[in-house]
Amino acid sequence: MNRTTDIIVGAILMLALVTMVLVVFPFAQLRPIKPPPGLKPYTEAQLRGRAVYVSEGCMYCHSQQPRDPAQAPDMQRGWGRPSTPADYYYDDPVLLGTMRTGPDLFNIGQRQPSKTWQLIHLYQPRAVVPGSIMPAFQYLFRVTGEKPTDVEPLALPEQYQVPGYVVPTREALDLVEYLVSLDHTYPILQGDAAARDTAR
Amino acid sequence: MELSGLGVPILVAVSFALSVTGLYIFIVALSHNLLWSQDEGANVIFPPGEENAPEEPAASGEEARGLRAVTQGRQAQEGELADRIAADRSSATAVFVFLVLGALWLVIGSIAGLIASLTIHMPDWLAAYAPLTFGRMRVVHLNVVVYGWVSMTEMGIALWLLPRMLRTELAASHYAIAGAAFWNSGLLLGVIAILFGWSDGLEYLEIPWQIASLFVIGGALTAIPLFLTLARRRVQHLYVSVWYLGAALVWFPILFLIAKTPVHFGAEQAAMNWWYGHNVLAYWMTPLALAAAYYLVPKVLGRPIYSYNLSLIAFWAQALFYGQAGVHHLIGGPVPTWLVSVGVVASVMMVLPVLAFSVNYFQTLRGHWGTLRFSPTMRFVAIGAVSYVLVSLQGSLEATRWFNTIVHFTHYTVAHAHLGLYGFVSFILFGAIYFAMPRIVDYEWPYPKLIAAHFWLSAVGFGIYFVALTIGGYLQGLAMMDAKRPFMESVALTVPYLEARSLGGALMVLGHLIFVFHFLVMALRLGPRRDAPPMLGLQIWGGRTL
Repeated sequence: MNRTTDIIVGAILMLALVTMVLVVFPFAQLRPIKPPPGLKPYTEAQLRGRAVYVSEGCMYCHSQQPRDPAQAPDMQRGWGRPSTPADYYYDDPVLLGTMRTGPDLFNIGQRQPSKTWQLIHLYQPRAVVPGSIMPAFQYLFRVTGEKPTDVEPLALPEQYQVPGYVVPTREALDLVEYLVSLDHTYPILQGDAAARDTAR
Repeated sequence: MELSGLGVPILVAVSFALSVTGLYIFIVALSHNLLWSQDEGANVIFPPGEENAPEEPAASGEEARGLRAVTQGRQAQEGELADRIAADRSSATAVFVFLVLGALWLVIGSIAGLIASLTIHMPDWLAAYAPLTFGRMRVVHLNVVVYGWVSMTEMGIALWLLPRMLRTELAASHYAIAGAAFWNSGLLLGVIAILFGWSDGLEYLEIPWQIASLFVIGGALTAIPLFLTLARRRVQHLYVSVWYLGAALVWFPILFLIAKTPVHFGAEQAAMNWWYGHNVLAYWMTPLALAAAYYLVPKVLGRPIYSYNLSLIAFWAQALFYGQAGVHHLIGGPVPTWLVSVGVVASVMMVLPVLAFSVNYFQTLRGHWGTLRFSPTMRFVAIGAVSYVLVSLQGSLEATRWFNTIVHFTHYTVAHAHLGLYGFVSFILFGAIYFAMPRIVDYEWPYPKLIAAHFWLSAVGFGIYFVALTIGGYLQGLAMMDAKRPFMESVALTVPYLEARSLGGALMVLGHLIFVFHFLVMALRLGPRRDAPPMLGLQIWGGRTL
């Protein structure tokens, strides 16, 4: 094995094999999957909110992939049934996440549908969740001297109040629209359930 | 769903067959006594004049004498090194450009990492500044370290090693410098994009494709001199490091192009993401770091590696198994079971190439551990090689379903990733830079004590980092697995460990600042001129030859 071409051809063959198994086969298997009847496409505002989720890097601390109850107690924590490939039909980029520094958010809209709660939590997580280590996203809000007419200023606990009114920006409102839309509690088809990892 | 019926058992069978083939090659090699023959190939990096002559440009005069004593090595003779000097001279300018850029990215990347680490346990700190929020600093840290510090330094070291291993001069090095310009513009723009919230949103692939295309151009331009030099080689045999270099330079652009092609969707995109995320290690950063290790250890010892054939087996086994390992990141996720199983099987099979490497490495060093006392390069590379073995075995463990279930979503995985990219890759690169720089700038490291300070800050800092996050992450995982314990308990218990991580990280950053300061002092030829210039000026200053 002394020739440059042997190494290059060998290297390309290896990569082709690996890519076939890890990318092409899943592509072929998952491509025909249709969205479940209960899953709605995102609205404009939700899509903008999803982009904010990506910009702020929410997925580096929050997963969106509840596991099977036989594997882990995700369902008992109220995070929802095991997710299937069909649940991600409208997701681009897919935001499965790799960490649970914070809880799974695949069904946060069902668990915590209050937009007021979500806004306060974004502005100052510790105001509603003692001990939280989530960053305070103060820059998604602005502080004004006059009471705004179009949006409701945040009603913060005394400890966290500042002089003036704390008003969510468009980004914060969009992000909350996205968060409360995360509700995958609809029933799934049996075929979809079989397309997820079921071994334990 | 056409593949889910009969297809699944077939795919699992295929992956099993591939694994068994690897094992078969291994056993055949054993039975044919291939592993213990001292192949000519191993000696190709020791041309006449360099046999049994330890080379350690980072050593002071006293250390160099000690090194020769413990290895019973001799001094390379003047006049015998003409080829090597010509090789080093031909690559010096281009390599210097890559190493300087790598060092500067190291500073930026590690400061971003420290900010991310601090904000995670001080969540109200810097809360008014969008670019400094955890979710952006973490991304800047990862991308700068992967595509800046590691990629630049590895390409630089590759450019430097190749002419030496092929006993020829580096051809068309200006293409590599142009490549560096494209690559670094891409990274700089990418970092700015991320700071302002523009991200493609997939881990390891955040830099928007419009900008990231500069990496492909830069990488391709850098590969031109490497392949032109290969064509002009003056050795019969291609040393194993050349295999790693050549393969990695072919692999990376293909990986990156496929990953950035906008055809991926939903759950398939997740599979692709882990195919890429794991293979940017398997097919890019790991092979380039191993290439350096396979060169540096024998050169410092002045003797060839223990078993050359073993290194070749490890190369192909690694290419096969490591490449498929990434999908274990989706255990319990919304992708087909067969796919996850392929990842688990391949990850466990990684034990084979890693065992091959460790047998080889420890047998080469057996009886020569004394060199650690005298060789700064060896100290860094030794930790790097040990970390490679540990991180790979740990990876195999983490890919098993029961262990993955506990630690997957925790800080344990972050510690593991750093054992790979810091303990293994970065330590080998530090060693490689300490080795190569005196040859590149024809000047000694001015302050040996700063090398020691960097080593201990990095080693101790990383030790704290790794131990703290490993324990904290494991406990976090146990807490999450127990439904009776509220989720917030799993958050609260990690805080002291996250603080310890910041402490360890701060020591690492301090070590890097010392390293880069020393690097720049040397590059500007400031500081005391100590024992003797290490290489090119042999005749000019007389003095020591290594």
